[in-house]
Amino acid sequence: MLTAENLKKAYGSLQAVDGVSFRVGPGEVFGLLGPNGAGKTTTIGMLAGLVAPDSGEVRIAGHHISGDTSPQKRRLGVVPQELALFDELSAAANLTLFGALYGLSGAAEAKEQDRVLTLVGLADRAKDKVSNFSGGMKRRLNLAAALMHDPQVILLDEPTVGVDPQSRNAIFDNLETLKAAGKTLLYTTHYMEEAERLCDHIAIMDHGKVIATDTVAGLLRQAPVSSFVLIDLVANDFANLVEAAALPGVVSATLSGRQLRLGVQSMGDLPELLRWLLSHGGEFEHVQTERPTLETVFLHLTGRSLRDA
Amino acid sequence: MTAFLALVRKDLQIFFGDTRAVIMAFAAPILIGSFFGYVFGGNQNKKESTRLEVLFVDQEQGLVTKQLLASMQQDANLEVTPSALEPAREAVHKGKAPVAIIIPVGFGDQAARALFGSGAKPEITVLFDPSHQVEASMVRGILAGQMMVAMSSKPGGFSLPFMTKDEALTARVGVAYNSYAHSFGGMAIQFMLFMGIDVGIGLLLLRQRGLWRRFRAAPLSKIVLLGSRAASAMLVGMMILAVVFTFARVVFGVKIEGSLPGFIGVCGAFSLMTAAYGLLIAALAKTPEAARGLAILATLLMVMMSGAWVPSFMFPSWMQSFTKLVPARWAMDGLDAMTWRGLGIEEALLPIAVLLGSTVVFGAIAVWRFRWEAD
Ligand SMILES: Nc1ncnc2c1ncn2[C@@H]1O[C@H](COP(=O)(O)OP(=O)(O)O)[C@@H](O)[C@H]1O
Ligand SMILES: [Mg+2]
Repeated sequence: MLTAENLKKAYGSLQAVDGVSFRVGPGEVFGLLGPNGAGKTTTIGMLAGLVAPDSGEVRIAGHHISGDTSPQKRRLGVVPQELALFDELSAAANLTLFGALYGLSGAAEAKEQDRVLTLVGLADRAKDKVSNFSGGMKRRLNLAAALMHDPQVILLDEPTVGVDPQSRNAIFDNLETLKAAGKTLLYTTHYMEEAERLCDHIAIMDHGKVIATDTVAGLLRQAPVSSFVLIDLVANDFANLVEAAALPGVVSATLSGRQLRLGVQSMGDLPELLRWLLSHGGEFEHVQTERPTLETVFLHLTGRSLRDA
Repeated sequence: MTAFLALVRKDLQIFFGDTRAVIMAFAAPILIGSFFGYVFGGNQNKKESTRLEVLFVDQEQGLVTKQLLASMQQDANLEVTPSALEPAREAVHKGKAPVAIIIPVGFGDQAARALFGSGAKPEITVLFDPSHQVEASMVRGILAGQMMVAMSSKPGGFSLPFMTKDEALTARVGVAYNSYAHSFGGMAIQFMLFMGIDVGIGLLLLRQRGLWRRFRAAPLSKIVLLGSRAASAMLVGMMILAVVFTFARVVFGVKIEGSLPGFIGVCGAFSLMTAAYGLLIAALAKTPEAARGLAILATLLMVMMSGAWVPSFMFPSWMQSFTKLVPARWAMDGLDAMTWRGLGIEEALLPIAVLLGSTVVFGAIAVWRFRWEAD
């Protein structure tokens, strides 16, 4: 449905996007996951024909976007990272305007407006000025504004950034509804929990490059550990951290306060490990395990954490 | 077309929803136009002219000098008050009176003899405030005239062989220069250009607010995007001119003494130019902040040179020709020509042509330099 081939874009000496390729099938949710400055927004810009790539090409259902008035643009809905709304107008006036940009007017426009307002749960606030909306409501309207012309492919640039958990869940529900309706979604985020929850496929981006792309499960398999074991020790004078890290099957060991965190390759080694601890000054009172996340994968691939990269 | 109209409507909704913008566009030119119009003379159809105050110190108190005082008091340009010498001297010194004239003892006889060629000429002292040199010369002139009149009343006197009648050339005989016509036109020009700055800044803000992405993501041509903004700016410009000149007409009796189609043509052409000016600002400035400072300075210079503040006929001649490079000058001249000068449509054609030409140049530079990418 949407393919990007070897997209490149430089700003001066900065290679913002450096050879990005991927393919998104119909009805699929595809995530571009990466830290701030990774090149996600620039990539979306090139996909939507807003930014001319230095090289590479984009196809939507097999077609190029060529020229300002390309009819292919109608297949695309773009949800900008900024709250791209006229604060001084009502929600309804905003939607009317953005519908009109795609030629909608009169009864057809009214119908679409009802549909998108209902979808994002703002039907009762249509007449209110956007400046009176909460951050979460603005985010939802920002999404609705891109849906007026009922596009087949929706490009969402960090659609949940800076909203409260409740609004975030509401937006997720909206996106799941769109997915169920067979829309193709491309979604950028730097929140890995979001990507894990929503996306069928994910491309992890860093410094303008795709460093891994796969399904969520596939990516998690790239993690160097199968589990983390979190062990709350009784005493806070555990002295054998280096030895613990060198045990067979242990990939990583960190100690913060009284909590020991071991990355292990197989859960089968766990009884052995716990026995070793008891005999090496590591009495514990609680043990829990944690799955690796995309954060783990990112850390493994880049040596940096997604949050502070 | 749907998109074009929706974009224009959006601009108008936002403009009329913004109290500050509306006040700047409509109330400010009316307020400041009234001020300048009043200061620069008002509507001379109605007004009694401000008379020049003159203190008259008559040390002789003779027949001729009394006659002189009486005839000077009748002069429409002067407000002559008799005074003693010392108070007069002090009043002029302190700037309370611009001019005082002092008639010495023996003036009548001496003057009569001097007039017929014999004897020393009497001396009239004219005291004046240095900031009122022009007024002092005017008083000297009037004094000479009135002297003749006073002398002629003596037996064996004579009369001036001619009389003068002044007539300022305006729309028609009997229609006086109306400084409100000029000042309202000038202030409409100024605040329309300010509105143009807002248009430019607004376009730059679209980019910052991500709205530019939405606009560029939609299948819209560049003509629709910039053209709709120009169209709405032009509409607002026409409204400003209509409101300002309607007010001037109702309150200050400013009439379109010249060609009405010419007036409408100048207004339309200048509104278009204002719109193009806004687009130009958006194209040349990188950020809204940068646009504001520089554009305000450029606009004020342009307005100053257009003659909107001080009419260009008061400029030195080199400046009168030089300022013709400024498009706003043509708007001002065109409006003057169609209002108080009462000229025909042919006098509007050149200003209209220059304004439309500037519109094309500004618009072309704007389209060429505009950053279309939405990043
Ligand atoms: N218009 C631009 N001019 C110069 N540099 C830019 C521009 N847009 C983006 N960049 C730079 O390109 C890099 C990628 O930016 P962006 O695509 O916005 O990343 P992301 O959306 O992943 O945070 C950043 O370093 C950013 O500063
Ligand atoms: Mg971004």
